[in-house]
Amino acid sequence: MPSDYFIPDPEGRTPDATGYFGAFGGKFIPEALVAAVDEVAAEYEKAKADPAFAAELEELLVNYTGRPSALTEVKRFAEHAGGARVFLKREDLNHTGSHKINNVLGQALLTKRMGKPRVIAETGAGQHGVATATACALFGLECTIYMGEIDTERQALNVARMRMLGAEVVPVTSGSRTLKDAINEAFRDWVANVDRTHYLFGTVAGPHPFPQLVRDFHRVIGVEARRQILERTGRLPDAVAACVGGGSNAIGLFHAFLPDESVRIVGFEAAGNGVESGEHAATLTVGEPGILHGSRSYVLQDDEGQITEPYSISAGLDYPGIGPEHAYLKDSGRGEYRPVTDAEAMRALRLLSETEGIIPAIESAHALAGALDLGKEIGPEGIVLVNLSGRGDKDMDTAARYFGLYDGEDQGEGA
Amino acid sequence: MSGTTGNIALLERTLAQAKAENRAALVGYLPAGFPTVEGGAAACTALLESGCDIVEVGLPHSDPVMDGPVIQTADTIALRGGVRIADVIETVRQAHAATGKPVLVMTYWNPVDRYGAERFAEELAAAGGAGCILPDLPVEESDGWRKAAERTGLATVFVVAPSSRDERLATITAAGSGFVYAASLMGVTGTRESVGNEARELVTRVRATTPLPVCVGLGVSNPEQAAEVAEFADGVIVGSAFVKRLLAADTLEAGLDGVRELAASLAEGVRRG
Repeated sequence: MPSDYFIPDPEGRTPDATGYFGAFGGKFIPEALVAAVDEVAAEYEKAKADPAFAAELEELLVNYTGRPSALTEVKRFAEHAGGARVFLKREDLNHTGSHKINNVLGQALLTKRMGKPRVIAETGAGQHGVATATACALFGLECTIYMGEIDTERQALNVARMRMLGAEVVPVTSGSRTLKDAINEAFRDWVANVDRTHYLFGTVAGPHPFPQLVRDFHRVIGVEARRQILERTGRLPDAVAACVGGGSNAIGLFHAFLPDESVRIVGFEAAGNGVESGEHAATLTVGEPGILHGSRSYVLQDDEGQITEPYSISAGLDYPGIGPEHAYLKDSGRGEYRPVTDAEAMRALRLLSETEGIIPAIESAHALAGALDLGKEIGPEGIVLVNLSGRGDKDMDTAARYFGLYDGEDQGEGA
Repeated sequence: MSGTTGNIALLERTLAQAKAENRAALVGYLPAGFPTVEGGAAACTALLESGCDIVEVGLPHSDPVMDGPVIQTADTIALRGGVRIADVIETVRQAHAATGKPVLVMTYWNPVDRYGAERFAEELAAAGGAGCILPDLPVEESDGWRKAAERTGLATVFVVAPSSRDERLATITAAGSGFVYAASLMGVTGTRESVGNEARELVTRVRATTPLPVCVGLGVSNPEQAAEVAEFADGVIVGSAFVKRLLAADTLEAGLDGVRELAASLAEGVRRG
């Protein structure tokens, strides 16, 4: 019997056998990693065909993670969205506080099946790192997390959580000292330790099969949300919205709605200080096709293929690449991708906190800011479904400084 | 070896000559633009004048996923100095013109893809370059590059690893030309205490699939290791150890003296093996 919680793409539409979503994807990796990546792909195919795998994952998702996650209508927040109804898919209520646990538990089970005793992962905001450290504690696996030095500072709470969970956290000091560089360092570790190590990749980027298998483990978000919104409103939403860094929470929500032509698919990427400022992470807005971290997708790069340093107040969106399936959805026209600035995201973060009693992650606040605009565009009869991908505890230091909450001199809408 | 035209022929003759002398070839690596564009060209030339038979010029990349801290540092210095692909091509031109020896480019796929594979191959060949090594371009994705390389007479050198299975080795070596780059161990670039038996075993497995010469890289830094690898390989590739000499020197002249001294001692090592 098929699982309600492990729901790989039932139609097998994408990617193709070589890992391509249209012109994007593939497997651009050093030869030393080919055998390991092929092993992951083969093990995933075996797991998909094994009912015991789905059963074990389902047990964890229900009794450990707390799925299904709630769908919350936010009426006071929606008063600022042109009167449209706004629903939040509450991935922030999952154990560990974000959607990341969905993929992590799936890959942790794959790690066990492959017989590897050690897991490494990259993390930006720390949510993937915390989820990975959590699963490693649960399964008794060694765990090393690579995190850009800048991110270890702005997400210090999550560094402490990972260490509390028994993981080694390695601050990465190369390059822009953010997520991109953490991924570089994780790949270097993997090449050297591949025999006994699984790289538990945290987003829908990277070489095939990661964009596919990470998506499949997150598909549950959209499948649940689609069922919940139909039950609650009797119809499909006009738009589904999510923030995109690498794009895992977004593809998780979007995928179940792709066949529903009436539903707009809208991703919001980090525009930092504004796209025209040059200080942003708006990969799909201004990037061009290129290769980063093992696959072809849109990339922020210069005219000679050097990756340019991204910027966002949100560590989880501060990434110059994007999952190849999002590049495919953009080019095919099925998906829309828009930039949201730091200031817009922080305003939305504050608004949701004050109107609904829900403090979102800064990442998710980008989607909330976008939803305010979408609601106004769609109008009073509209329904917008937003993925609230994570909770904001980790961001309290950044938010408190931004709004001047520590010294009592509240800056209102922020500096 | 016979019948090949273009710059690849020089590479093949060089490797054949070393074999005829019953020794391994010495292959050096340095990134272009490091410590400066002029200094980097001088250093590549110094390598070839002081014992290296072949030089690989690195095209620095912002995200050198397969490089350890030494080459990362050099790449960062080169990129901060504003190195451009035209400078890399010019480095190849100068090192080749000064010595008449084969010079290849080693880099990641994105800079070449972005620049245009055809354009890059044409400019590299026109500068006297002998070929290109693109470690993150797997054979399955390499058709476009290989057509450009064949048309312009450049070698396409593929990297193989201890984890490569035999059937895959056969596919890779059948698609490659010039030589096969055998990674001595599982890991990124950098100097190592020892180069283990993995390299010897890999070379044996590669030879079963191809008549191409097999050069071994990753981790070799001193004449003793060079001699050890030269016992079973057709070439010994040294990179990070040269970069370290330049990094440690207070002046370019001191750095050039350092790489000359290392090249000479490694050249002696490959003749001992």
